[in-house]
Amino acid sequence: MTAAVDSRGLGRESLAERRSVRRRRAGRAPTPARIGLYAFLLTAAALFLLPLYVMGVTSVKPMEEIRLGNLFALPVRVTLEPWAQAWLSACTGLQCEGLRVGFANSVAIVVPSTALSIALGALNGYALSFWRPRGAQALYAVLLTGAFIPYQVMMFPLVRALAALGVFGSLPGIVLVHTLFGMPVMTLLFRNYYAGVPRELFMAARIDGGGFWRIFVQLMLPLSLPVAVVAVIMQVTGIWNDFVLGLVFAGSDHLPMTVQLNNIINTTTGERLYNVNMAATLLTSLVPLAVYLASGRWFVRGIAAGAVKG
Amino acid sequence: MSAVNIQQLGVRMGATRVIERLDLNVLEGEFLVLLGPSGCGKSTLLHAIAGLIDSDAGSVHIGGRDVTWADPKDRGIGMVFQSYALYPTMSVERNMSFGLRVAGLPRREIAQRVARTARLLQLEALLARKPAQLSGGQRQRVAIGRALVREARVFLFDEPLSNLDAQLRTELRRELKTLHRELGATMIYVTHDQVEAMTLATRVAVMRGGRIQQIGTPGEVYARPANLFVAGFLGAPGMNFIAGTVDAGAPGAAARPALLGVRPEHVALGAPGTAPDGPAGTAPAHGRATVTLVETLGAHEIAWLALRGQRLAALLPAGSAPPAGATVDVHLDLERASLFDAGTELRLELPAAAFRPDPS
Repeated sequence: MTAAVDSRGLGRESLAERRSVRRRRAGRAPTPARIGLYAFLLTAAALFLLPLYVMGVTSVKPMEEIRLGNLFALPVRVTLEPWAQAWLSACTGLQCEGLRVGFANSVAIVVPSTALSIALGALNGYALSFWRPRGAQALYAVLLTGAFIPYQVMMFPLVRALAALGVFGSLPGIVLVHTLFGMPVMTLLFRNYYAGVPRELFMAARIDGGGFWRIFVQLMLPLSLPVAVVAVIMQVTGIWNDFVLGLVFAGSDHLPMTVQLNNIINTTTGERLYNVNMAATLLTSLVPLAVYLASGRWFVRGIAAGAVKG
Repeated sequence: MSAVNIQQLGVRMGATRVIERLDLNVLEGEFLVLLGPSGCGKSTLLHAIAGLIDSDAGSVHIGGRDVTWADPKDRGIGMVFQSYALYPTMSVERNMSFGLRVAGLPRREIAQRVARTARLLQLEALLARKPAQLSGGQRQRVAIGRALVREARVFLFDEPLSNLDAQLRTELRRELKTLHRELGATMIYVTHDQVEAMTLATRVAVMRGGRIQQIGTPGEVYARPANLFVAGFLGAPGMNFIAGTVDAGAPGAAARPALLGVRPEHVALGAPGTAPDGPAGTAPAHGRATVTLVETLGAHEIAWLALRGQRLAALLPAGSAPPAGATVDVHLDLERASLFDAGTELRLELPAAAFRPDPS
């Protein structure tokens, strides 16, 4: 067959084939099972999308429209005033400077915490899988246990420890806490990734004279892009969405966005500004959303292709 | 200068001893092949020479220097791996120059060495490519180049050709042999492929269970195997073994059980009652057998025989094998046969004439 020789031709052909299969399927009468399946999927989708829809429309409605109580109605007059208010002037307790303060704080917490926890996790994973120092297995077991202990248990001892170190209620304090809590999962993630990297690669680099740091920085880190992206997603969303640790450890000057959002929503002086609350909530969730959308394509990239046979 | 001397080497992996009290002397400029089935410790031995695993007894000297505890980079070695182990994020040029850059060589020197090696291995056109953009044969060539630019005195190869298809394997095998002649460096090569071992080696060390069973030129190891394992491991189809007894030599001593080993190419067949028409010449008939199966290999044919209840293979020129079911006289070339003690499995230095086959 000539089409089989040219890989692009083959691709086109199989695509056409697939399309015709789909057309055939669509032509058939749907079975009851299929109707049920779609009904379930649509219900599930609606269940998740409906609150988002309500939040979206409420955030662009003026208060007069909200007072009418038509929760699902589209806005008659679209206004971005609540968004501006949420960002610039909503009151969090006594201050009325909006969410931007919390946003700046969250960025100041997330960036160093993510960078540190990933750097240390990668280093740990690398050392554990390639250098196998004495006691590595025991250390790994302890780290694994750490990943499964609920952090509430460690809260009070940590408060005392940080206070003794003099970093309780400060930016370095909260960054340290996030880095510590990120370590078990980050180490696990990188160790498992490096376990899939052929050991001969490491051996070749050893013969070429690479030491601990050079092999890590020049060989393993460039290979780690796919897993690093996963780690960034996990850490950014995790730390961004954190509430309790920020509330306890960050101190009043560095409260993250989530805590400020809570303060905005719970501050009631007279009327509850639903539109502002909705806008503030949506603003807070934009960062994790952006991270997912921006990094999705990296998930599927196989960087190690060609390193070994096949 | 670049000889490799291993004395009383022991390597442990966890609780199991992979190598125990192993002695090996590799001469300068030699192409030594470590041959054995998988799990025989040959790769472990190579890794111990390279310093990639720690030994727990004995010593390794390279070029007269004790490197038992030296870092891999300080042993003056270059190594090629089965999986190529190219650095995937670096171009061919950067792959080859990595070790030189680590060593801090001047840039001009690095460029010169890479260019020279690339010319030698015909890699010039590929220097800018990433490993993923190369074929299997090209990747292995790059891996060899990466070892060569180090200008080491000893090169270690860990089954470098086993991931390639048969044709490429033959081609690269020839290239390696030529390379060895041109460089004159000491090479230690691990493989489980006896054809590779036979064609490449100046000496072959056959290994089993972490021990060297026999070491010698390919011809020696093939013609005069030191024990039953070596005899059976080399050659395809394997050596034929005929059970029997042997006179111990000294008069009055009891006959011992023994095995007669005959290579399939030293078995000739003839019509019953006539002289044979094979290389065995006028050797007398050693029994009457039935042909059970004939396999065609192109240049040769293998006739499988049933001789007194034992299976026997005869390697014959194409077209000369009798049809299956035929009855033939079997003539063995006893001059080139080997005798083994059935108990210790070691070679007996006795003439094959002392052998008496078991009656069926």
